[in-house]
Amino acid sequence: MAEIVIKNLKKQFGDFTAVHSSTFTVEDGEFFMLLGPSGCGKTTTLRMIAGLELPTEGEIYIGGEEVSQQPASARDIAFVFQMFALYPHMNVKRNLTYPLVSQGMPRREIKAKLAEVVEILGIEDILKKPVSGLSGGDRQRVALGRAIVRNPKAFMMDEPLGALDAEFRERMAEELRALHDRMNATTVYVTHDQLEAMQMGDKIVVMNHGVVEQFGTPQTIYDKPATLFVANFIGSPAMNFLPFNGTVESGSSEILMNGVSVAVPQHLESAQGDLVFGVRPEHVSIADDGVVKGEVIATEYLGTTQIVSVKTEYGITRSRQDSATQFTIGDNIGLQFASSTVTLFDKGSGRALRSALNQEVLSHG
Amino acid sequence: MSYSITEPSSRQKTVAGFLVITYSLVTLIPLLWVFITGFKTPPDSISYPPKVFFTPSLEGYVNLFTTRTRVTPEQLEALPPPANFAEEIVRNRKMVIAGPSKFGERFMNSVIIGFGSTFLSIFLGTLAAYGFSRFKVPLKDDLLFFILSTRMMPPIAVAIPIFLMYRKLGLSDTHLGMILLYTAVNISLAVWLLKGFIDEIPREYEEAALIDGYTRFQAFYKVVLPQAATGIASTAIFCLIFAWNEYAFAVLLTSGNAQTAPPFIPTIIGVGGLDWPAVAAGATLFLLPVLIFTIFLRKHLLRGITFGAVRK
Repeated sequence: MAEIVIKNLKKQFGDFTAVHSSTFTVEDGEFFMLLGPSGCGKTTTLRMIAGLELPTEGEIYIGGEEVSQQPASARDIAFVFQMFALYPHMNVKRNLTYPLVSQGMPRREIKAKLAEVVEILGIEDILKKPVSGLSGGDRQRVALGRAIVRNPKAFMMDEPLGALDAEFRERMAEELRALHDRMNATTVYVTHDQLEAMQMGDKIVVMNHGVVEQFGTPQTIYDKPATLFVANFIGSPAMNFLPFNGTVESGSSEILMNGVSVAVPQHLESAQGDLVFGVRPEHVSIADDGVVKGEVIATEYLGTTQIVSVKTEYGITRSRQDSATQFTIGDNIGLQFASSTVTLFDKGSGRALRSALNQEVLSHG
Repeated sequence: MSYSITEPSSRQKTVAGFLVITYSLVTLIPLLWVFITGFKTPPDSISYPPKVFFTPSLEGYVNLFTTRTRVTPEQLEALPPPANFAEEIVRNRKMVIAGPSKFGERFMNSVIIGFGSTFLSIFLGTLAAYGFSRFKVPLKDDLLFFILSTRMMPPIAVAIPIFLMYRKLGLSDTHLGMILLYTAVNISLAVWLLKGFIDEIPREYEEAALIDGYTRFQAFYKVVLPQAATGIASTAIFCLIFAWNEYAFAVLLTSGNAQTAPPFIPTIIGVGGLDWPAVAAGATLFLLPVLIFTIFLRKHLLRGITFGAVRK
């Protein structure tokens, strides 16, 4: 197992720049998520780490060794493809042993390895079957088996749950995480599903348009988004954005929004002009003396909680409330914000303003 | 009345069946006629009205494989009794077998040239198609168009330059010359068809093999080729059919050593009158290899025609 270091990685396809300049570190044994919408460069980044694409610029270190321009076969990593890419003309057993055969491993060792993998994944009964007849879950297991059989330095997974049914995905996600913990393997996992990333990852890189927007633990990314994009992409429903025109003074923990004073974390930089006030729905409470007033336009029942949509002068603001509370559409209510959780963004650059909340995240982000 | 969109009605099935049978009859009856003519005697073959029922004879096949000489009745009397059925048939016509004909040799030429050029077309075509399908080739589209454009004129349009070139290069009437020529004609078809098939094989298979520690060539050989078997088989059949049936260049460029069966079969007509059964026998035997090859690969061919061949 190994640490993976990415430095200023860049990839161009002709005139198109798929990955601008990515820098991040995957620590040994980490379950690392590359998250972003389609076309954001996350798969390209993964393929560069695997050696399926060579970077235009930048360096990749796997286990301290520079491999940027080495072919995939020399990097000793395993790759699980979205469509599994099991060799269709071989049965399950041959698929699993194929990577070992390429290393010229003696037959007895191959047999032992195979037995080990079969035991881990519980696929004893399908060993002799051709892969074409397998269910999605079994294919997934075989694909994982082919990856782990070799004890590679790291695993690359390109949306491995994307091709599965929603119901099955949950179970496979748990299995994957359990497998990771058992093998203590460095895993780089690409997904566009923020829930999957939050659920499974130790760390997340959020990418957009080939740029790394933020890099950190799921909690950090959720609570302290570095950009408007991250704040919007992570969380369901997304963070509330209240655009306003105003001023933030460095050292101040109060702002004026349309003439109303609103408490925010102490800010460490000044800004002026078009700003965005960002707050998560669970940090929006209902209070008659709230700083923002509005009218309830919809409620969405989610079991233990509900999402109340309130139309205010800033647009629609959503609040997460206990399901027991009754709201009637048309009610006029006030909204209060948990001041310590608020992030202010500069609307033009999309960047979060530094404050007591996020200073340690942004200083190296 | 209820009907289903996906399931044809019984009337549609009847009409479709009728059309298929009619079409089969139209195409198969001439073939069947050739086949039975091969088993007629020469008088039966030209009798009027044509005979549908007749006593089968192997005279056509004997005549196809032998050359014969007419002898006087006295000489015939003096001969020892016929050693086999072929001699018996020939003596009934007051002739004796003078030696083997050239048919076997010409047939072998066809086999060598037909299968040789098919193999070469597929070999080069698969590599080229793989390259075009997977790698960034400078001027890729122009090159592909150029390859296709070699097929835009009838090959025979360049017969005279090729004839002169071949004479200069010493390739006239050689197996190598004919193999190269048929390969040159077939390769554009092979590249285009195979590129379509290879395009449809997901790259992930090779990438998985690359990750598993195989080289690019091993990945191609062990993973792509088995996947492309369908496409290769159907392309091979198209190439073989062309090379096997080609007549014009064979007449022009071969005369002895490398002459193939198509230009040879008509020459039988001239030997000892209009020997239609021998011609029919030659044609029947000539049809067999392609038929066997096609039956052998028909599973692939069917899939190949419905999958991939028409894409791009």
